[in-house]
Amino acid sequence: MATLTVNRPPQGGFCFENCKRNGLIEGEANKVGCSLPSARKTGTTICGVVFKDGIVLGADTRATEGMIVADKNCSKIHYISPNIYCCGAGTAADTEMTTQIISSNLELHALSTGRLPRVATANRMLKQMLFRYQGYIGAALVLGGVDCNGPHLYSIYPHGSTDKLPYVTMGSGSLAAMAVFEDRYKPDMEEEEAKGLVRDAIAAGIFNDLGSGSNIDLCVITKGKVDYLRPHDEANKKGVRTGDYKYKRGTTGVLTKVVTPLHLEVVEENIQTMDTS
Amino acid sequence: MDTRGLSSQMKDSIPVAGFSPQGSYGLQDSLRSGFTSVKNELLPSHPLELSEKSYQQNKDKMNLSTLRNIQGLHAPLKLQMEHRAARQIQRLPFLPSSNLALDTLRGSDDTVGFEDILNDPTQSEMMGEPHLMVEYKLGLL
Repeated sequence: MATLTVNRPPQGGFCFENCKRNGLIEGEANKVGCSLPSARKTGTTICGVVFKDGIVLGADTRATEGMIVADKNCSKIHYISPNIYCCGAGTAADTEMTTQIISSNLELHALSTGRLPRVATANRMLKQMLFRYQGYIGAALVLGGVDCNGPHLYSIYPHGSTDKLPYVTMGSGSLAAMAVFEDRYKPDMEEEEAKGLVRDAIAAGIFNDLGSGSNIDLCVITKGKVDYLRPHDEANKKGVRTGDYKYKRGTTGVLTKVVTPLHLEVVEENIQTMDTS
Repeated sequence: MDTRGLSSQMKDSIPVAGFSPQGSYGLQDSLRSGFTSVKNELLPSHPLELSEKSYQQNKDKMNLSTLRNIQGLHAPLKLQMEHRAARQIQRLPFLPSSNLALDTLRGSDDTVGFEDILNDPTQSEMMGEPHLMVEYKLGLL
C-alpha cells in the first residue's frame, strides 16, 4: 500500500486531480479526430401541473447517449418523500444522485422535526446544492408535492434558480409540452382533466422532439395518497409483425416413422464443489 | 468570493515546477499529468477546485459574522471555542477519526452530502506513514 505524508486529514467529496489529465487527453483525441465518450443525458420531456386537490407530474421514458437511445424505459420520476416527488432532466446520473441525496437529507430532517416535510424545504435544499456547484451538476428538476399548506410545484434549473408556478415543463421537449399547457391550462381542474392534459403535453414532447420517446409516466399526488402510474400510456409501441414465415405442424404429411433409442452408460463421475459462501 | 481575478484563482501553496513535482519519488509524472509547466502548476485545474476547498470555512465565516451582527460578540466566540475544543479530539495522525463531537456541533451528523458518498477517507488507498506523521505532529521532524 502506498504511503504519503500529509499535514491535513483527507477530505471526502469531489476530487479534481484528474481534470488536467482529462483536458490533455481530450486535446490529444480532438487532434486525431475522435472524441471522448459523453455522459448519458435524459433528453426529456417532463412537466407538472397543479390541479384542485394536488399535483400531477408527467415524464417520458427515453434516455439518450448522444444519438443512440440508451434506455427505452427509464424512470424519471424520483421519490423524495412520501408526499413529494421530483422529475429530472439533464445528465441522468446527476439527477439520480441529487434526488437521492436530497431524499436522505429530507428524511433525516423530518425525523428531527417530527413533521411531514414541506415542498419548500426540498426546493431550498436542492437550489442551495445546485448553486454551490455552479451548474456543473447538470440536473434540471420539476419538484412537486402536497404538504400542510396545500399543493406546490417548483421548477429548478441546473445553476440553482427556481420558479414556483402552477404549470412547468423542462427538458428538450419542454417547448412542445408548454405549447399544450398554454393552450389548455385552467386553474382548479379536476383530476381526470389534469391527467389528460399532462398526458397530452408529454405526448406532444414525445412526438415532436427526438430526445424524448417511449412511454408516458404519470404521478398523481394528493393529500394522503400518491398514484404512481408507470406506464400510464404506451405512446410508442414497437410494431407487431402481421405475417409469419414459419410453417404450421402438419403441413408436411408424415409417411413413415422410425424410432431408435440410444443407450448411454455413465463412464466417469466427477464432483467439483462450488464455493457459494 | 469577493475579489475576483487571477490572484484569487491561484492555489494557496505554489509548488515551483522542477523542485517538488507530484509523483512517486519526487519525479514528474509525465504519464498522468503531462509535461510540467509553470502555468499548469499555478492555475487550478477546475473552476470549482478552489471554491470547494474552502467552502466549509467560508460558510462558517459567513454564519459567524451574521451571528455576531445579530447577537453580539459572545455568541460566535463561544461557538468557536467549542468548535476548537472538539476539533482537538482526534486519534493518532495516520488513523481516521470519527469526529463525532465536531459533527454534532456543526450539524453535519444528520446531513448527507457528496463528502460522505464520494472519496470516503476511511476507504482511501493511501495511508499516512505512521512514524513520519507522528513525528510531524510532535514537531520533531
